[in-house]
Amino acid sequence: MARSSTSKDAQDLFHSLRSAYLATPTNLKIIDLYVCFAVFTALIQVAYMSLVGSFPFNSFLSGVLSCIGTAVLAVCLRIQVNKENKEFKDLAPERAFADFFLCNLVLHLVIINFLG
Amino acid sequence: MGGKSEPTKSESMATKTTNPDLLNSSFFPFKSLKLKTKQQELLLRISILGLVYILAFIARLFSVLRYESMIHEFDPYFNYRTTLFLTEKGFYEFWNWFDSESWYPLGRIIGGTLYPGLMVTAALIYWTLRFLRFFVHIREVCVLTAPFFASNTTLVAYFFGKEIWDTGAGLVAAVLIAICPGYISRSVAGSYDNEAVAIFALLLTFYLFVKAVNTGSLAWALGSAFGYFYMVSAWGGYVFIINLVPLYVLVLLITGRYSMRLYIAYNCMYILGMLLAMQIRFVGFQHVQSGEHMGAMGVFLLMQVFYFLDWVKYQLNDTKLFQTFLRITVTSAILVGGIALGVGTASGYISPWTGRFYSLLDPTYAKDHIPIIASVSEHQPTAWSSFMFDYHILLFLFPAGLYFCFKRLTDATIFIVMYGLTSLYFAGVMVRLILVATPAVCLISAIAVSATVKNLTSLLRTKQKVSQTGSTKGAGSSKASSKVTLDQSQPFQKNGAIALLLGVFYLLSRYAIHCTWVTSEAYSSPSIVLAARGAHGNRIIFDDYREAYYWLRQNTPTDAKIMSWWDYGYQITAMGNRTVIVDNNTWNNTHIATVGRAMSSYEDEAYDIMRSLDVNYVLVVFGGVTGYSSDDINKFLWMVRIGGGVFPVIKEPDYLVNGEFRVDKGASPKMLNCLMYKLCYYRFGELTTEYGKPPGYDRARGVEIGNKDIKLEHLEEAYTTSNWIVRIYRVKPPTNRL
Repeated sequence: MARSSTSKDAQDLFHSLRSAYLATPTNLKIIDLYVCFAVFTALIQVAYMSLVGSFPFNSFLSGVLSCIGTAVLAVCLRIQVNKENKEFKDLAPERAFADFFLCNLVLHLVIINFLG
Repeated sequence: MGGKSEPTKSESMATKTTNPDLLNSSFFPFKSLKLKTKQQELLLRISILGLVYILAFIARLFSVLRYESMIHEFDPYFNYRTTLFLTEKGFYEFWNWFDSESWYPLGRIIGGTLYPGLMVTAALIYWTLRFLRFFVHIREVCVLTAPFFASNTTLVAYFFGKEIWDTGAGLVAAVLIAICPGYISRSVAGSYDNEAVAIFALLLTFYLFVKAVNTGSLAWALGSAFGYFYMVSAWGGYVFIINLVPLYVLVLLITGRYSMRLYIAYNCMYILGMLLAMQIRFVGFQHVQSGEHMGAMGVFLLMQVFYFLDWVKYQLNDTKLFQTFLRITVTSAILVGGIALGVGTASGYISPWTGRFYSLLDPTYAKDHIPIIASVSEHQPTAWSSFMFDYHILLFLFPAGLYFCFKRLTDATIFIVMYGLTSLYFAGVMVRLILVATPAVCLISAIAVSATVKNLTSLLRTKQKVSQTGSTKGAGSSKASSKVTLDQSQPFQKNGAIALLLGVFYLLSRYAIHCTWVTSEAYSSPSIVLAARGAHGNRIIFDDYREAYYWLRQNTPTDAKIMSWWDYGYQITAMGNRTVIVDNNTWNNTHIATVGRAMSSYEDEAYDIMRSLDVNYVLVVFGGVTGYSSDDINKFLWMVRIGGGVFPVIKEPDYLVNGEFRVDKGASPKMLNCLMYKLCYYRFGELTTEYGKPPGYDRARGVEIGNKDIKLEHLEEAYTTSNWIVRIYRVKPPTNRL
């Protein structure tokens, strides 16, 4: 009895999430796709590390952290660009993108130094 | 100098909000120079900040004026030597430097075991000055780095105060931190130590982070990541930042202040800051492997969960469904996090808290387990007198400031309250950490002062306003009657306000006088040069340390190895330019225990140990002739404890008589014949030190020594300085076998 209600809940959840998500604007969906890609790459790297071991550790860390870093920065960009966020109403999307670009630049420069 | 300029500043601060017209008419006789109020305010602010900048610099110059421009204490000599190396050989040599001149025969990987921020900063300033064709010596740059960065800290304190409260609080904070003794103690000219730039980096990181949380801008978060990188490169105390910021985020989450700005600020700072911090070799992978940094990672994952939940809640628009989802997600997240943490800690992958930081949480830990940490005088718990000495009126302004912060709770004031409370707790555990608490105490006290002065001066101004509006506006009988009643109680309030303002002025001027006095008396002595008053009140300088080190430099072979207690290691390598056995880095406890064992054994056993370490010279510090109390005999029990911690043959009770440490006739036989005793008191029995006392009277201990007839078999005296403070002995090669 409880099981069927939870599975029904899960199905309802899934459907309402899906229908709500389809309504989001395209530029946000692109950013979401980028975030999923970055996280997926990070998971592949972790799986590879579990196969071959973690030496050299700095290379592994820099790879995983670059994926996580770009994912996080993309989420920050999404927050700032999303028109429904009232806190960022008067922030120009160009400025948000410039900040995103600058942070990514710093991130990748550090990654390149850290790769070893 | 501080006393004179401070009253005018407080006076001008108190009156600037009251009478701008008065200022305009009496101080600016030229009608053409009529500035608007906003411009006058800006001019006042800039001039105050300029004066504070100069004040912070010159208040720290006492020792340069009284003695000379030299590096103080022990640790700064290592920093000076590494900076010298950096400027001479360049950055790559410095980053990959393996030093064979210390910790003989082990050597030390200096490039990988130091915090390069301070040295790189001084080297950059030096290269900039040389580029501008100012050919200064690197030592001058090193000596004046700390006051320069103290001035910069006052500027950051101003901006931070402006961010938390308003410009008035910022100005008061800048003034308070410019002369606060808690900060001056570690940043006088000559104190070329990590804290000189670290406090600037700490405050900068906190300011940029609070700015990022307030604005939600990625650029400010990037700035705070760079500030954090500078802090990590400068000082081991960066662990405070990486634990306080996640704690602050956690508190905001718990109090329901989660917002997108917080998400952006923390995530950007954490990821970029962590990556930048791992570029420092000494820090390495600690951000993902050490228990002290796991809090930050945990809060990072928690933030992702919060964001995800927030997004789902926004998408669903249906509370019931969301509740089920919430339950599932939260339980699974906590389960996964707990399992990961447990597995990591149990398997040893996540290292536990290191002794240095664990002893902050459990103050009794070091005394029982790690005697080296317990023996450092800066690591002792703080007495109330130290708090009063270092903070003066800020001690009672701090709770007042806390009250104001709680009245107006914003994200920024929550941060400063947390910073203040946590840093004060740690300052109570360890004297050295009063320095970390100083910026928080100054900022919160500044809020109290500024808010109080603002309320009082607004009371002064309302009377004028009320009387003006009462005369011009006649409308509204109820309004008029209330104004009349206000008018009647006004004179009493105005007098009270003036009296209180005078009281505030008096307090601040006493603070300035106290700070200047403390700086002059207590915190401006280079420990390497001692001063005393002669019989006629003239000043006598004891320059024995440098005399001994220069003797070593000029009269010993270049590959000579010097054995001394670890306190003097850095100074010997920097000034004497000789190889030492142990130095202040104290990274190898067994090596130090070997030296301690040698110092506390009989001469024959000590000779074997010294032969095994290739020692050529032994250096001891002795204060019996001058009454200098920080000499090796007073430190001897620590040598015994540290040596005994590794070699059980050294037992502390052997050197004590009834639990008491004595050097006179009643001392234990082991004490009277150990190497340290012999080296310190050799030929001392023939010396009369004080009028009316027998020869061999030790002025530091206040007793006549027990063993006056000392014969040395394996060592011979090489040099004793003019006041007998430093004594150097040569180790004789073994006799020929017959």
